[in-house]
Amino acid sequence: MIKIKYSALAFLGLVMVFTGCNDAGKSSNGALSSSAAEKVYVAPGEQDEFYAFLSGGYSGNLTVYGLPSGRMFKEIPVFSQFPTSGYGYSEETKPMLNTSFGFVPWDDSHHPDISQTNGELDGRWIFINGNNTPRIARISLSTFETEEIMEIPNSAGNHSSSFITENTEYVVAGTRFSVPVPQRDMPINEYKGNFKGALSFISVAPDDGRLNLEFQVLMPGFNYDLSHPGRGKSHGWFFFSTYNTEEANSLLEVMASQNDKDFIAAINWKKIEEYVKNGGGTKMPANYAHNVYDEETHTGTSTMKKEVITVDPTKIPGSVYFLPTPKSPHGCDVDPTGQYIIGSGKLSADITVHSFDKMLAAIEGEKFDGEAYGIPILKFEEVLAGTVKSGGLGPLHTEFDGQGNAYTTFFISSEVVKWNVGSWEVIDRKPTYYSVGHLMIPGGNSRKPFGKYVVAMNKITKDRYLPTGPEMEHSAQIYDISGEKMELIYDFPTHGEPHYAAGCPAELLAPKSQKIYRLDENKHPYATPTPDKARVERTGNEVHVYMSTIRSHFTPDNIEGIKVGDKVYFHITNHEQDFDVPHGFSIIGQNTSEILVMPGQTKTSVWEPKKVGVWPFYCTDFCSALHQEMQGYVRVSPANSNIELSWTLGE
Amino acid sequence: MKKASIIMMVGPLLLLGLFVFPLWNIMLGAPQYPDPLGINIHIDGIRDVNEFDIQNIDGLNHYIGMKTLPKPEDMWEFSTFPLIIGIMIFLGTLIGLLGYAGKVSYKWFLGWFILMSVLGVMGMYDFNEWMVDYGTNLDPHAIMKLANPDGTPMTYKPPLFGHTKMLNFDVTSLPSTGAWFMFTGMMLTVVAFFMGRKQRQSRVEIGNE
Repeated sequence: MIKIKYSALAFLGLVMVFTGCNDAGKSSNGALSSSAAEKVYVAPGEQDEFYAFLSGGYSGNLTVYGLPSGRMFKEIPVFSQFPTSGYGYSEETKPMLNTSFGFVPWDDSHHPDISQTNGELDGRWIFINGNNTPRIARISLSTFETEEIMEIPNSAGNHSSSFITENTEYVVAGTRFSVPVPQRDMPINEYKGNFKGALSFISVAPDDGRLNLEFQVLMPGFNYDLSHPGRGKSHGWFFFSTYNTEEANSLLEVMASQNDKDFIAAINWKKIEEYVKNGGGTKMPANYAHNVYDEETHTGTSTMKKEVITVDPTKIPGSVYFLPTPKSPHGCDVDPTGQYIIGSGKLSADITVHSFDKMLAAIEGEKFDGEAYGIPILKFEEVLAGTVKSGGLGPLHTEFDGQGNAYTTFFISSEVVKWNVGSWEVIDRKPTYYSVGHLMIPGGNSRKPFGKYVVAMNKITKDRYLPTGPEMEHSAQIYDISGEKMELIYDFPTHGEPHYAAGCPAELLAPKSQKIYRLDENKHPYATPTPDKARVERTGNEVHVYMSTIRSHFTPDNIEGIKVGDKVYFHITNHEQDFDVPHGFSIIGQNTSEILVMPGQTKTSVWEPKKVGVWPFYCTDFCSALHQEMQGYVRVSPANSNIELSWTLGE
Repeated sequence: MKKASIIMMVGPLLLLGLFVFPLWNIMLGAPQYPDPLGINIHIDGIRDVNEFDIQNIDGLNHYIGMKTLPKPEDMWEFSTFPLIIGIMIFLGTLIGLLGYAGKVSYKWFLGWFILMSVLGVMGMYDFNEWMVDYGTNLDPHAIMKLANPDGTPMTYKPPLFGHTKMLNFDVTSLPSTGAWFMFTGMMLTVVAFFMGRKQRQSRVEIGNE
């Protein structure tokens, strides 16, 4: 029987050899599907072609992946406490999560965007927004750590964020919820006409990336959903999609879906910038946190800012226009040339494309269709470049391959649709598994996309993997888009709920990824620069332990004279200057997380001993063959004891 | 003789390269060190190949009880070698000058080469002695005391020339740029000697005619 099978196979093989030449199309199809594995396979020891940064959604963080392998490299803590490294737990990083509401240990991170110069990715920083307690974070792309977080006042549901202008002049943050500005006690049903939608323009210092909230444009009380910058010819403009132009304050799923068309708001930020520079705008009292992490002191500081400049756009003629866009548009994407603004009406079957040139002409010719709260509404037909009759349902986001094609996700019909920019014809469509929300082509939101892969990120957690109970991670698909037709080449799970992603070629970041922090540049006020400076100091019931680590011991590792009721600060300085030799620290009964201290870094962990005894501490990061020996003891005496402070190593 | 004398001057001057480039290089690679650690041995001290390599090599070596790598002030060689090389460069150039002026014969060229070779061999011997001490004179309280299959304590002398496997490390020891400058310079003095001799012989032949 087996023999027969083999000979049958051999015969089949022969047939294929002989027929192969006759039907090239068919056989190449077969070859294509069998090479999907080869396309995503990055052999051991080899590296991926692209970095991909996926937002973590309700994890509050940002995850780093490789493309095309789909391998996850790192989770960067941004808006959420992260016990893995001690972010948000260590004394140095707690200030990073400070807000005007106090310490907020979590957020909902949404839309990462990589810094650009002349509309091309430059790989200096990546920005991401916190949606729930409105914040914008800047993350270094040499340390891959959060360096700065700016709270956004007068905003709520910081969703149409954090997109940057083409020279990283501004990172832009728009509010999803309109709210009373300033906040005040008032009936909810007086929303209409009274609430405002603040669109914030935060400048980015070209040298060190420092953020400053320059001005807020106070728009009518719609929901500002997503935004993208103009680029090239449309540089100087910013486009925001809106929904709930009905200004409903309850049962929005019905009440905010009544208008046939909502708007894309076109903001001429250059004009507003000039207005503000010339003293325009209103200085409004505010209270919002600005948190900055200093790489030399390894410490974050939080300062409260007390003022913000607000701008009433109707005071600046020509600064804002509304482009009617069907059916509660979600995605608002701008093609690499800056000519087309794509609005994806999420309750529609079609994709609406506006033309920037036609918009300028309509403004010039005053082709208005009335106004909303003093803001001119341009005539739909006058700005429309075309409509993509997709045949799908529920378009959300569009990215571009730089070859004149656009790729749009369809949530309801669960697919990615490829179409031509200009002819508006659909070229290809491929299903996703399941219900795709967002997609990303490295550089797909810039003048220069790298159109080789598209990553589709799904919005429901149902996937095609082994089941793991009711709750699971989300799933993503990678498609090869180098050919005319898209080809699904990989499924991989993602962490949290990615709402968007940004990607760039590996060579932009890999060579400058930092390996260690220099000990000789450590300016932490509680650093222990050399082991002989290790010591323990007491002020009242506050005890500061200056401790150093090197493979594989703590200096000191025996401490006596600590009392119940003390607040003990362990300031750990890692003296290693070798790549990948962090040391960790944790002590029994600590009401916080461990900390991981990178080479050359100082971090502080607090312990408030509650029980008399001799209590061990140890290194939590496997550091050498003698890691298990990297431990020590603290003797805790009763509160009224008079045992002197002492500390030793090797005695 | 003039051409030979010029070459005789150039040869020793090439030894100036030793003041800039390392004489010897030792690299240590292991699976967990995809970027190998390395030291460059200069005539005036040992330096990192990549910053912190010395610190990290010392950190690893302390497990097996090796001493830390010497600082320039720890070894007399690092102050004496530059002096000797300096004197030899001066002498060599002087011999070349005197040869050019016709004050000394080409035989002096070989003399310089022989002296330099003797000094070089002595230097290598001294270097090897240090490596033997560095690799075998181990701390009796070392964290890891390893034995060879025959029961003798394992030692860690790096090779003087070539590659060996030491525990998980591949150790490669080779002459570096400075050594090639020295080698070329010394060879030029031999060339100068033979050129000088050939010119001398042809002159003698012309004289006989």
